Amino acid sequence: MTCTEFLAMLDDMIDNTVSREMRADLQEHLNGCEHCEVTLNTTRKTIEIYRSHEIYEMPTNLRDRLHKAIMERCKKGC
Amino acid sequence: MATIQSIANENEPHPDVALVERVKSGDISAYDELVRKYDRQIFRIAQHITQNREDAEDVMQDAFLKAYEKLDQFQGNSKFYTWLVRIAVNESLMRLRKRRTGKMVSIDEDIETEEGTVPRDLADWAPDPEQNYTQAELAEILRKTIQGLPPGFRVVFVLRDVDGLSTEETAESLGLSVPAVKSRLLRARLQLRERLARYFKRKKVPREKGVKSDVH
Repeated sequence: MTCTEFLAMLDDMIDNTVSREMRADLQEHLNGCEHCEVTLNTTRKTIEIYRSHEIYEMPTNLRDRLHKAIMERCKKGC
Repeated sequence: MATIQSIANENEPHPDVALVERVKSGDISAYDELVRKYDRQIFRIAQHITQNREDAEDVMQDAFLKAYEKLDQFQGNSKFYTWLVRIAVNESLMRLRKRRTGKMVSIDEDIETEEGTVPRDLADWAPDPEQNYTQAELAEILRKTIQGLPPGFRVVFVLRDVDGLSTEETAESLGLSVPAVKSRLLRARLQLRERLARYFKRKKVPREKGVKSDVH
């Protein structure tokens, strides 16, 4: 397997949607290719960081204000 | 009365189905539950597309109002959330077009870019690299980094990787094909990785002649 072929399967590998045979092939490539191992690990880390950090926090007062507006409008008939 | 039973028979119905049914029969408190359940995600998506706080607030409000108005059109053959996201994405794009008059704004154009298709930065990252920054610094880095991506990449990444929608659900809420979502997701992930590398990669230990290093 070449690095390009590995890269084409990167998302499937991350999302765990590869067959057992394919996974073995990908693992074999990884064992001998530090570059692809770094790419896989750091891409996983990228996703994990974005998943675990809210970058657009919604302030509670905004939440309450919007809720009130929505419920008011809906009660009058949207 | 028309029902959606035929669609949801095989699997356990999603809890939102019952809430939607309650709203349709006039129970407004059920809609409040739906709003509270999804307002954060809708606000986040609107922020990612409009990149403007004021617009995101308006989009969130308009999307929930529009969803309420159109609830009769919701057939239940997709998840309520997927349907809601589609409304919010359209509202966000409309808002964006208003701000950038004359400039086409679209998330379905395929951006031809080579960036990120081949990983260039191959240095490994420090273990737990985010710990080298304060929460505020990290949030700024993450915002700045994702803002540099084309809108169509950003929103696919957020829906798939942050919100946890499936590829099919992402395609449905954005009106894109499954292959288009897949291709954007890979490029978005690789571009973000490449851009974050400059902050997170392992620092090289300087080796100077005659200087004894404490690092082994």
